Amino acid sequence: MLHVFRNKPKYATVRPEKANQDGVENGGSAGKGNDPQWTRCDNCSSLIYNKELHKNNYVCHHCGFYFRMSAVQRLQQLADENTFQPFEPLVSCNPLDFPGYPAKITQCQNATQLDDAILIGEAKIEGYGCVLGIIDFGFIGGSMGSVVGEQITRGFEYGIAKQLPVVIVSGGGGGARMQEGIFSLMQMAKTAQAVGRFKKAGLFYLSVLTHPTMGGIYASFASLGDIILAEPKALIGFAGPRIVAETTRQKLPPDFQTAEYALKHGMIDGIVIRSEMKATISKLLSYHL
Amino acid sequence: MPTVFEWEKPLVELEEKINELRNFIFEQGIDFKDELNDLERKADKLRKEIYERLTPWQRVRMARHPDRPTTLDYIKLVFDDFFELHGDRRFGDDHAIVGGIAVLDGEPVTVIGPQKGRDTKENITRNFGLPHPEGYRKALRLMQQAERFHRPIITLIDVVGAYPGIEAEQRGQGLVIAECIEQMSFLKVPIVCIITGEGGSGGALAIGVGDRILMMEHAWYSVISPEMCATILWKDANRASEAAELLKLTSTDLLKFGIIDDVITEPLGGAHRDHEGTGRQLKAFLRRHLSEIKRIPPDELVKHRLERFRKIGEYQAKKLNEMQVDM
Repeated sequence: MLHVFRNKPKYATVRPEKANQDGVENGGSAGKGNDPQWTRCDNCSSLIYNKELHKNNYVCHHCGFYFRMSAVQRLQQLADENTFQPFEPLVSCNPLDFPGYPAKITQCQNATQLDDAILIGEAKIEGYGCVLGIIDFGFIGGSMGSVVGEQITRGFEYGIAKQLPVVIVSGGGGGARMQEGIFSLMQMAKTAQAVGRFKKAGLFYLSVLTHPTMGGIYASFASLGDIILAEPKALIGFAGPRIVAETTRQKLPPDFQTAEYALKHGMIDGIVIRSEMKATISKLLSYHL
Repeated sequence: MPTVFEWEKPLVELEEKINELRNFIFEQGIDFKDELNDLERKADKLRKEIYERLTPWQRVRMARHPDRPTTLDYIKLVFDDFFELHGDRRFGDDHAIVGGIAVLDGEPVTVIGPQKGRDTKENITRNFGLPHPEGYRKALRLMQQAERFHRPIITLIDVVGAYPGIEAEQRGQGLVIAECIEQMSFLKVPIVCIITGEGGSGGALAIGVGDRILMMEHAWYSVISPEMCATILWKDANRASEAAELLKLTSTDLLKFGIIDDVITEPLGGAHRDHEGTGRQLKAFLRRHLSEIKRIPPDELVKHRLERFRKIGEYQAKKLNEMQVDM
């Protein structure tokens, strides 16, 4: 299989200094302790040197806990060095005049260095060209408003125009961006249709679900992949577990809405550990040239 | 006892007084015509004052009125015949979504919609109109069947959301909603979607992708219910009325945004006050819109449908001087 050896990968990182300084947000709390060089694991409380944590793809050495990765960190992990070419940056408007929304956007832009909850562009993964989109949980919970919807749609359209596969790494808490109301909801239709057009063009879409992929993101483009992978223990579902518990007044199964649960019930193709994600994606891309 | 909203009370009291007077006139044969006319004029004025100035939250409450026509009521009111079809051929039959073949002006059409119950017993059977994945799979099956036989599709949407349950999640609630949205987008038959009551998020959108999207005057449609929105914003579901204002979820708002094509006016006081009148109104709007899109060739129809949703979104290109240097 010659094509596997074509396009020798080039290695390096995108903005490493930034990622190291910031550490990890939410899922863990890298760099948030007293010493910014060290991070305390949320799960086992052991101290991890930040550089080690970065090298280990933000997985705890001691207990295997998966820290949440920012979109930039994820990009560093997955894309070959200097291959990422971002799309035209878009910023959100405030279509409903929702109070406090513009301030929230600005605050998230400053915290994440992103324009909105998505980082997307053309990239190479072990030499294979693709459109790579990554949702960032740190930006209003990785929710989909007009910008995310438009960028995802443009991603699939770019894929059609350039005959490239699309890889989307999802991870958003609520899924929908409440502050954009009906406009947020309509992005589900827009992105699902973009996937549909992309599939009709005979191209390959790989959806990777990370913790958590819920609501409107899960109920649109994220669950429409030709192949759907997930990270271990990632929360995957439509309604949040608290809502399900409150509505049904039932005790939830211990593994409810985890990646393992989704796999058991036939909703995803496989669970891939973080250290093998890049190699797995490139292998699957190589099967769809 | 019919449900009376607090803002309707002065009107209802007045209407009762009018009825009493009318009975009195009838029984006693005394001429109080002037007084009666006076009261009726007052009632008309009050009706207008109350119903033409409803707040978004009051309209949400109207959309949920227990006497509001349900999907099966509309089917009876609007169509000449209805043959209900059951089951998703995969798991089961979800009573929270009904669907089948109906006849409109002598022509068969496929009609689908979530079904709420009228009383507790029926609500339990219907799961309070909250569909499971098999409901959406049934809807999709019927829509694909409609395409095979070139039948127009009409969806009547009244759902607060897809059911958030353990088994629903197990059987892929999110996945099936995504599939419905995707598949519906490419169907080569005319589709009219009418939000008749509640248009709650993905559970509504799953059967809400059409060539014409209409809304009853007092229906609501948004990404989240006002109660959930209030819970997220203020951890207090009781502030739903404030959240309803913020979400811009009324038919008036959505028409202005260009999300819907038309608003079906309801009888003064709401659909629940006059089922027949509401049915006639819905039928008139449906006929007009359906006849317009039926003339469009199937490929064009799909193209327009995709373009319609492709355009939705409020964003702007970032100004160059704001761009980060290292991106």
